[in-house]
Amino acid sequence: MTGDDTKHLPLEDLHAAAGARFGAFAGWSMPLTYPAGVMKEHLHTREHAGLFDISHMKLFEIRGSGAEALLNRACPFDAGALEVSQSKYTFFLNEAAGILDDLIVTRLGQARFMVVANAGNAEADEKHLRGLALDVEAKGDFDAKIDALDRVFLAVQGPEAWAALSRAGIETGSLLFMHGFEPRENWFMSRSGYTGEDGFEIGLPEADARNLVAKLLEDERVMWVGLAARDSLRLEAGLCLHGLDITPEIDPTSAGLMWAIPKEVRASGAFIGADALRSILERGPAQKRVGLKPEGRQPVRTGAALFDTDGNPAGHVTSGGFGPSAAHPVAMGYVQTSLAKPGAKLFADVRGTKIPVDISPLPFTPHRYRKG
Amino acid sequence: MAKTYFTEDHEWLRVEGGIATVGITDYAQEQLGDLVFVELPELGKKLAKGDTAVVVESVKAASDVYAPVDGEITEANTSLSSDPSLVNSAATSDGWLWKMRLADESQLEGLLDETAYKAHIG
Repeated sequence: MTGDDTKHLPLEDLHAAAGARFGAFAGWSMPLTYPAGVMKEHLHTREHAGLFDISHMKLFEIRGSGAEALLNRACPFDAGALEVSQSKYTFFLNEAAGILDDLIVTRLGQARFMVVANAGNAEADEKHLRGLALDVEAKGDFDAKIDALDRVFLAVQGPEAWAALSRAGIETGSLLFMHGFEPRENWFMSRSGYTGEDGFEIGLPEADARNLVAKLLEDERVMWVGLAARDSLRLEAGLCLHGLDITPEIDPTSAGLMWAIPKEVRASGAFIGADALRSILERGPAQKRVGLKPEGRQPVRTGAALFDTDGNPAGHVTSGGFGPSAAHPVAMGYVQTSLAKPGAKLFADVRGTKIPVDISPLPFTPHRYRKG
Repeated sequence: MAKTYFTEDHEWLRVEGGIATVGITDYAQEQLGDLVFVELPELGKKLAKGDTAVVVESVKAASDVYAPVDGEITEANTSLSSDPSLVNSAATSDGWLWKMRLADESQLEGLLDETAYKAHIG
């Protein structure tokens, strides 16, 4: 990607003024770290509240009498079972049950849904959704309109996120984890995130976002947190990054994400990829996603090959780095199903050195969601 | 009297009695961010200019540090094994990386002095 094609965040000037170091991610120029540095930003989020600009992610509104049916076709879930304001983690699958993207879908009303998609997949997702709507319209089944929304998208994450938002005039009291609603015109707010902490994601118009950011940053509990700490936080929380840990070549069974697919949907859902997923379920996945805890302090990173104790190839690392809260290196990757047992010992090749790694339960740091 | 040199790859060398103490500059540690691991070289290892001497690892990425001149490793800063953040907090003093016996002191002439290095990083 050349510099000219790089997309810029609407609030880029605020990040620059805050001293952010920028880097490229999924076609966007993103703040990677602020002067506090990744370690402090990470730990501050776990102790207080981190403010993240995630406007590279895309919000789609799907509405119409056929919205529910469209989602049931696109995603292996039951849109009809979603109550108003309830959110679900789900996917777009291809015909081979590979994961095209992972998403959060929230029901906003009787025939209205919000879909939050990853930056790198947003264009393909939009095309995918529009293609499906036409498909279904051709069959005369339903009508659905898809709008890609122009919003700033902020995440406020950490145990003091709710208190900081309250001080900024936004009450979150009755909102529980994996629920979302529209608190004001053109706003969307959900209790969700990518850190393992309690927190909120808020899509809103740019002018409103500038006001909210100014108010939040007056609060000493809140600091800007960049993409580097966003990555170490999600990795400790055992959450997948699409493009690394889940890809169009990986199915939800191998990825250990079947909890997101209800039993009835597995059995009889008519979603794209259903046949392939059923046959994978029947024969069992050849490999499985696992947590990996390297011994010692040396990080084991994306792409590192894994070997069993006899030196045979066993799999590979998909995400790895250092966990500032865990205080040791953390990683995840895929290993042959027979080896995918907590406590099993493997070796990772790092520049020719074999580093012992233990298969470890995920997450590395406990989730602290507010579920009720 | 020790003399300090710099490289365009953001390393510093303090040379005294044929031995160079090598580290990365403050500018470099700022670019790398919080270090969590330093892979130190073996004692006695002979390096040619441009060989990877040390790998420094931040939360996010691993970066090579190259030998700025030819020589043999005489010491590695083992305090970095327990506290790699010394490179961040004291890049040009306690956060030094290794010492090497120079094979050819004339190579020092190709390096930068402090004024030239400051001009290099702008």
